[in-house]
Amino acid sequence: MPVERIEGHHLGQMGKTPEEIEEEVERGVLLTSLDRAVGWARKQSMWPATFGLACCAIEMMSTGAGQYDLSRWGMELFRASPRQSDLMIVAGRVSQKMAPVLRRIYDQMPEPKWVISMGVCASAGGMFTNYAIVQGVDTIVPVDVYVPGCPPKPEMLMHGILTLQHKVRTSETFR
Amino acid sequence: MIPEPGIEVRDAVTGELREETMIINMGPQHPATHGVLRLLLELDGETIVTCKPIIGYLHTGIEKNTEYRTWMQGVTFVTRADYLSPFFNELGYCLAVERLLGIEAPPRAQLIRVLVCELNRIQSHLVYVATAGMELGAVSLMLYGFREREVVLDIFEAITGLRMNHAYIRIGGVVMDLPEGGERKIRDLLDVLPGRIDEYETLLNDNPIWRERNEGVGRLSAEDCLAYGVTGPILRSAGVAADLRKDMPYCGYETFDFDVPTRTAADSYARYQVRLAEMRESMKIVRQAIERLADTPGDYMVEDPKVRWPARLSVGPDGIGNDPEYLSHIMEESMEALIHHFKMVTQGVEVPAGEVYQAVEGPRGELGFYVVSDGGHRPYRVKIRDPSFVNLQAFPKMVEGGLIADVIATNAGLDPVMGGVDR
Amino acid sequence: MSPEQLAEAVRGRFPDVMVARGEVVVVVDRDELLGALAWLRDEPGVELGFLSSLTATDWPGTEPRFWVAYELRSMTQRHRLRVKVGAAGDDPRVPSVTPLFPTANWHERETFDFYGVTFDGHPDLTRMLMPEDWEGHPLRKDEPLGGVPTWFKGARVPPVDERGMA
Repeated sequence: MPVERIEGHHLGQMGKTPEEIEEEVERGVLLTSLDRAVGWARKQSMWPATFGLACCAIEMMSTGAGQYDLSRWGMELFRASPRQSDLMIVAGRVSQKMAPVLRRIYDQMPEPKWVISMGVCASAGGMFTNYAIVQGVDTIVPVDVYVPGCPPKPEMLMHGILTLQHKVRTSETFR
Repeated sequence: MIPEPGIEVRDAVTGELREETMIINMGPQHPATHGVLRLLLELDGETIVTCKPIIGYLHTGIEKNTEYRTWMQGVTFVTRADYLSPFFNELGYCLAVERLLGIEAPPRAQLIRVLVCELNRIQSHLVYVATAGMELGAVSLMLYGFREREVVLDIFEAITGLRMNHAYIRIGGVVMDLPEGGERKIRDLLDVLPGRIDEYETLLNDNPIWRERNEGVGRLSAEDCLAYGVTGPILRSAGVAADLRKDMPYCGYETFDFDVPTRTAADSYARYQVRLAEMRESMKIVRQAIERLADTPGDYMVEDPKVRWPARLSVGPDGIGNDPEYLSHIMEESMEALIHHFKMVTQGVEVPAGEVYQAVEGPRGELGFYVVSDGGHRPYRVKIRDPSFVNLQAFPKMVEGGLIADVIATNAGLDPVMGGVDR
Repeated sequence: MSPEQLAEAVRGRFPDVMVARGEVVVVVDRDELLGALAWLRDEPGVELGFLSSLTATDWPGTEPRFWVAYELRSMTQRHRLRVKVGAAGDDPRVPSVTPLFPTANWHERETFDFYGVTFDGHPDLTRMLMPEDWEGHPLRKDEPLGGVPTWFKGARVPPVDERGMA
């Protein structure tokens, strides 16, 4: 079965020659098709959990509103309960007081779950290199996609979401 | 529980009557608390006995950060405090520093400042309409409010380059003049927006659900408002016509013709009416500012080279960037200009020692800046008196004794922005 | 009233009132703070009945170390005045003004949180913006800014307070 070459997005398959990849694919051909089907279904209707904190939250709301519509990708339904969502967009600066709450919400989400760190404050502490802000939420939760910007324009957030969707679609289902 | 006739709650094991209240935690992650606000509610059934807001979940240390940066860099920090009114933050800070320096921005800069601030007020009230509608269940209002807001943000992007957190108003003026076509965009907005606000009023003013959920909810009398330090639309909804633009004008507001809308009901519905009326008044001010800008030529920043931001920005084929003429001047023609540019950008303004309190009328109330300088290149203390911080203090008084569903309506009418509360 | 007129109106009670940069400033001792604020609120013509803001500034190395500033505003007369009280460095205590101005409640909590200034008579003086178990008072000048150092490949960027720019 020929391998579909997607430039730069071979997760878990770095540094292998095309022949090795072909061999692996032939071995797991049924699993790969199932992976792709499930991945497609997962990415089509991801439900984000509301985790808007600061200015990035307003841009996230703008992305979900009429002009930059998130429901094109099945995501306009921001679930309030983390138990019913599979994506957490950490939008805004995470303070020291909020960090345990963030972790708790992340733990409450059922697998499979993904995290987008939106904005520089969530990705790396932003301009606030001080006592009060966690310098990057990847110290607390594992992050899948980082979206830089202060705040990122809705188009940038959409690009981040599409990158995540691509990652979901091409990753292994049963980890 | 207060036993009602026919309803008795008895403990399953001992059979005694249960009378304790229930403590519920709302937030900090909650779809309707306007950000990371945590409310500790003590409930007796559905009635609220006590309410305690717990804040600090968005504390950013902005005030301490400004002490380690130059005066001009303080603008970028301060603008992110109350993130729905960035221009007001910048304006208050810059006016305070200009008072310490003893300078005044040129007339054209003042007009541009008033223009963008009133557009910011419109945008902030649109977010109020959108989120209040969404929280009370009228979810389509969210889409309408943000649709209008996109037009305003488009104007901001054309003027400043950013949709939010602009760092446009700087010490001594504004950083760039209005672009070509900016005036056209603003006029288009002024043509479209009144009709849209009429649409909101048609949808909401006599809507029985909107009225039921907002009338009589979150009442705070004028004496309580003043005692708790509450300002802005909440104070004006209680009948007190206090507006810093009229009482202690700044930035040329005394030359503009506008009214201060008030209502007397002091509830959430009155606050909604006050905000819609304020949007119309802001449009009046924007119209006057646009007319006057055509007749006010001049510089957009103060002339003094020790204060003026040295870089000249212009709009090129790839967006806003350094003016190529200015770049060739400092790189090829004049060494002194290069040194001056370098010193101004790295060290910045030197502000004489002293302290100043400057307040502006933000969309949520009195936004004050207490700025202390010790004579150097860095601020010594910048304290942001944020209106949401003080308004939230009165929140328990507004909800205690009411129902838990009214907490949402009151919070929506209060319109707090947690970035300002926690800074 | 203009700042000069306001200064004249209060000079009887506060002989060393100052007018600087268009603002009227009065310095009082902490024992007379409540009396002074009550007088400023009730005096006809002065009527400073609205407390806008309350904060402290840290001047380490001087005595008194902390200066607490009260911004008063008059809704009826449309003027402002600032009252300043000094608090010692080793035991900063100032009487709480919540009996006169209920709005001071949260302001005083925030000042306590950031500077450690204790307000005697405050109903609930606990930390507000920092986590409850935080130690130290972050906005004091001897507390560090915090944060992690910035990593760049092949270069070292010193922390903000050591960059030596100003």
